[in-house]
Amino acid sequence: MLRLITLLCLICMPAYATEEQVVLGLSQDRVSITANFDGSEILIFGAVKREAPIPEGPPLEVIVSVVGPSEPVTVRRKEKRFGIWVNTDSLVVDLAPSFYAVATSAPFDDVLTHTEDLRYKVSIERAIRSVGAEMNIRGAQDFSEAVIRIREDEGLYSIRENTVAVDEQTLFRTSIDMPSDLTEGDYSARIFLTRGGAVVSTFETAIGVRKVGLERILYTMSREQPIWYGLMSLAIAIAAGWGASTAFRLLRES
Amino acid sequence: MQIYLPIAEVSVNAFLLFGLGGMVGILSGMFGVGGGFLMTPLLFFIGIPPAVAVATEANQIVASSFSGVLAHFRRRTVDLRMGTVLLIGGLAGAALGVVVFNYLKSLGQVDLLVKLCYVVFLGIIGSLMFIESLNAIRKSRKAGTTPPKRRQRGWIHAMPFKMRFRTSGLYISVIPPVIVGLFVGVLSAIMGVGGGFIMVPAMIYLLGMPTKVVVGTSLFQIIFVTAFTTMLHATTNYTVDVVLAVLLLVGGVVGAQFGTVIGARMPAEQLRVLLAALVLVVCGKLALDLLLQPSELYSIGDAGGH
Repeated sequence: MLRLITLLCLICMPAYATEEQVVLGLSQDRVSITANFDGSEILIFGAVKREAPIPEGPPLEVIVSVVGPSEPVTVRRKEKRFGIWVNTDSLVVDLAPSFYAVATSAPFDDVLTHTEDLRYKVSIERAIRSVGAEMNIRGAQDFSEAVIRIREDEGLYSIRENTVAVDEQTLFRTSIDMPSDLTEGDYSARIFLTRGGAVVSTFETAIGVRKVGLERILYTMSREQPIWYGLMSLAIAIAAGWGASTAFRLLRES
Repeated sequence: MQIYLPIAEVSVNAFLLFGLGGMVGILSGMFGVGGGFLMTPLLFFIGIPPAVAVATEANQIVASSFSGVLAHFRRRTVDLRMGTVLLIGGLAGAALGVVVFNYLKSLGQVDLLVKLCYVVFLGIIGSLMFIESLNAIRKSRKAGTTPPKRRQRGWIHAMPFKMRFRTSGLYISVIPPVIVGLFVGVLSAIMGVGGGFIMVPAMIYLLGMPTKVVVGTSLFQIIFVTAFTTMLHATTNYTVDVVLAVLLLVGGVVGAQFGTVIGARMPAEQLRVLLAALVLVVCGKLALDLLLQPSELYSIGDAGGH
């Protein structure tokens, strides 16, 4: 009997969890960094698929986040020593996404409760992790806050409240601006549907950000064949410099 | 027109780079200097990471010195023997400089090192040039010129390992040129400069070389030392940005042509005062950055491993 109930629950559980599902569209699922790359805007739109009528209660809210690849970063703090400002303390923030944009359909605190944020790591503060911070450095928390502040200034981190448009609790759309100083990697677009601050459904898809063409060739070459890259840089530079000055001399002499 | 630099990983306006290259090119044409000591700090100001600026500038100097040294070879104003001795010191210095550079990079102090070097050297060179050219202007107004004093070079002749340098007409020890080369090599690796502004005075006043072979010989040494520096940076730090180098170079070569024409038409002393003032302005700006409290005390370093 108990087994039967468990079985029933198992059958019912996924059905309940996926009561409202996201069907997603992206204006582009990859960003190509070309020589004249000047930032990009990604249009993210979708619909909520459901078998049952729209549930009663608080309205459906949507959170869209685009997250760049995470990597450890070294954060340094300057202090005045011998009259000049020098880097003194440093701390490694274990995981800091290179890009983080969150768009919501209402003020952030209204669409997601604190506990749900902790669970799904939606806000920027939750996405950055600095475990194992050395205790002898005062204000280890200041360092991860500094990462957020610096990257917000550079346009790499942003929270855009009220920028997701939701129609009839079914259709939603937003656009995410990506700045020109992007790092390469697999970015992920995450969609959270919430009701009354609780997440009812999530969806995740990948956006590849890649250098292409000449940028790709040069970057790969500089890492994989640094000697040839160095020689090539010298050859190109010498040829360009010599060519240009020879051209000028011929022009003046003629 | 924005252009994305593949190694620096920043997007910059291509015309700004052309403009910077052109401006420094005009100055280097006018004053007959390499321009590396102005270009590298300017690259810091527009947001190129210092490590990339230094390595890329070394690459650019190779190219801009190349056409210059060819001209000197045609005129036979290169002392190959002296150049080689300076070069031996220079290569050792560049290697030493890159080791120091990489060590401080791992400590997170490389920006400070580069900027401090600039403040110190630009400050010294700028003030010396300023005083000297002001004196020159004053003297030319007095009309009566005093004959230049001969330098005492006794202690250099007392050193061992003497060698004959025919083109320069010298018979001196190889130790001073090796040390001069070494010093310039270290500066080249740390500051991304050719080092002509140190080497030329050292060759004239310290080694007593005739003025006509000084520029060609220093260019000869600079090409090989900066090429070596470029290779060291490219293989250990991956910081040479060839796109940036080419953009700066094209602007620089064009600018230098105009600069030479302008320089020939302007009085030399006033020109020197201008250059000195410019050097001091760049030095002052860098010094202020170090002295004043920065608006952001924190900075994000490279993806640091543990």
